[in-house]
Amino acid sequence: MARPRKTLLLASALVYLFLYIPLAVVVVFSFNDSRLNAEWVGFTWKWYDQLFSNPQMLQAARNSLIIALAAALLSGVLGCLAGIALHRFRQKWLSALVLGPVAMPDILIGVSLLLTFMLFNIGLGSISIILAHVSFCIGFVALAVQARMSGMDDSLLEAARDLGASPWQSFRLITLPLLLPGVIAGMMMAFTLSIDDFVVTFFTAGVGSATLPLEIYSMVKIAVTPEVNAVSTLLMLLTLVLITVLSRFSPQSLRS
Amino acid sequence: MLEIIDVSRRYGEYLALRDVNLRVHAGEFFTLLGPSGCGKTTLLRSIAGFDHPDSGDILLDGKSLLHLPPEKRPVHTVFQSYALFPHMTVADNIAFPLRMAKLDKTEIARRVEEVLEDVRLPDKARHYPQALSGGQRQRIAIARALVNRPRLLLLDEPLSALDAKLREQMQIELINLQKDIGITFVYVTHDQGEALALSHRIAVMNQGEISQIDEPAQLYNCPGNRFVADFIGQCNILDGTVIESHSDRVDVELDGLGRISLSAHIPANLHSGERCALTLRPEKIRLAKQLEANDAELHFRGQVHDTLYMGDVTIYIVELGEGVKVEALLANSAPGRARLFDPGDTVEIAWHADAGHLVR
Ligand SMILES: Nc1ncnc2c1ncn2[C@@H]1O[C@H](COP(=O)(O)OP(=O)(O)OP(=O)(O)O)[C@@H](O)[C@H]1O
Ligand SMILES: [Mg+2]
Repeated sequence: MARPRKTLLLASALVYLFLYIPLAVVVVFSFNDSRLNAEWVGFTWKWYDQLFSNPQMLQAARNSLIIALAAALLSGVLGCLAGIALHRFRQKWLSALVLGPVAMPDILIGVSLLLTFMLFNIGLGSISIILAHVSFCIGFVALAVQARMSGMDDSLLEAARDLGASPWQSFRLITLPLLLPGVIAGMMMAFTLSIDDFVVTFFTAGVGSATLPLEIYSMVKIAVTPEVNAVSTLLMLLTLVLITVLSRFSPQSLRS
Repeated sequence: MLEIIDVSRRYGEYLALRDVNLRVHAGEFFTLLGPSGCGKTTLLRSIAGFDHPDSGDILLDGKSLLHLPPEKRPVHTVFQSYALFPHMTVADNIAFPLRMAKLDKTEIARRVEEVLEDVRLPDKARHYPQALSGGQRQRIAIARALVNRPRLLLLDEPLSALDAKLREQMQIELINLQKDIGITFVYVTHDQGEALALSHRIAVMNQGEISQIDEPAQLYNCPGNRFVADFIGQCNILDGTVIESHSDRVDVELDGLGRISLSAHIPANLHSGERCALTLRPEKIRLAKQLEANDAELHFRGQVHDTLYMGDVTIYIVELGEGVKVEALLANSAPGRARLFDPGDTVEIAWHADAGHLVR
């Protein structure tokens, strides 16, 4: 009994090390008092100070947040409607289709969106990035909502109508509150995906609309500076917080 | 007060309801009884407004309901799954129909409290439905459907999810509740025992049609046809041919049993030579080793074929010759023994000439 347990522990420890060592390196060097990512010299906040006084970096952070929020909200609303529709039509292939953009290679989506925006004369900037992000985020919200819907007893809506609620009242008072956990889980997923996205954003961004990942990439082209480490650390922290909150939400969102 | 007139409903090729006609009186406990798939739920949903008949009309107090959406019908439903809103407390669930009717806050609070008293759960107002037992949820569902005082309460197998003990208790509560508040109930069940115990009148349905509408005792003692006889309670059905019909009795040749003369419960216009069947409840049959002769009774000798021990009674399946078998039962009032006769024993059975009921 004891041996397989130990092996299992060792194996999972190795997996976690493999996953987190690269991240740990970034975090550690973001506090290193040296321009070179070679050896530990001493602790400093200096790179964070520099980061927060770098206007370009702050602009990118602001862009990222606005885009992620907008993408999450938009895909929350659209995905919610899509999820309800998916539940109503009960067609497997429709659900598969809504996840298509998620499964597609990012580079393909990026290129095709760029072409589409050019075709329809949509200028590249924050708006085009938001639209692009929404296109691959809707699927997550839709699926989370659909899961909630299929866990929901159809007679609840009939009961509401029976007791005097109009179709709109029964949607607002019964359907919506019951779907909310699914919508929120989907929106947080959308926010995480949006703030982390590089490839699709790269193709759909215009002048002045660079997001954090794009800004980091342009800095790294010269060298991996401690500043990059610092901003990466912050981004990582934000993602971790979101993932933690999300994991609180999703088991409940799947339960009926 | 409720009239169903020539209602039919077709699902593709399948006729779920076929020319259903019935009339429910004000204050009545009316039950739709029938086997699974006979169309009870379809009929109930048509009354509530969730399903629409292809033809016919449904009138409440003389006015057609058909053009009204469910929320506009003064009819509330207790769903089989209870359908309590999981994100609302018990009090909010019960207040829901009152809020939809735009009653003012103090009136809502008063009515909620009152109905919670009626269903004897005054301390559960702040609980969520998930925290209640099955029987409690059932009562809340009923309270919610009753609180806005509908003209008609529809109940679709409301007790089927409860265990036998609790079901019996809830049956008694339902009867009392209905009597106290005086609201008309239309109750759906496939459990004939429940229907007999609860109802003022019962409509027995079979394959989308109404087979018979009657009071429980009438239904049990005078089934109008084989289906009703067979569906309600245990019943012996003995096939035969009409020999001659008189005003007070009918002579019948029962297959394998010979010619007998029956009095009472004779369907109208029986013709000589017509096929018919005698329906006979097991408890109407006397059974003993030897029975004294009695002119008012029909007398047979047979062999015990099988016995079924049921606890309070034992059922004896007696073969009367040529493959005709009759079920009779004896109460196990003597202590100790599971049965008085064993398979193979010769016994005598007898029943009163007017004990059975002749059907076509
Ligand atoms: N939406 C539907 N589409 C097709 N057929 C249906 C539909 N609803 C009901 N039916 C059919 O109509 C018939 C009657 O159904 P209904 O639900 O009224 O039966 P029921 O008497 O309530 O049975 P149970 O006791 O099983 O609830 C069934 O054969 C059913 O398959
Ligand atoms: Mg049913």
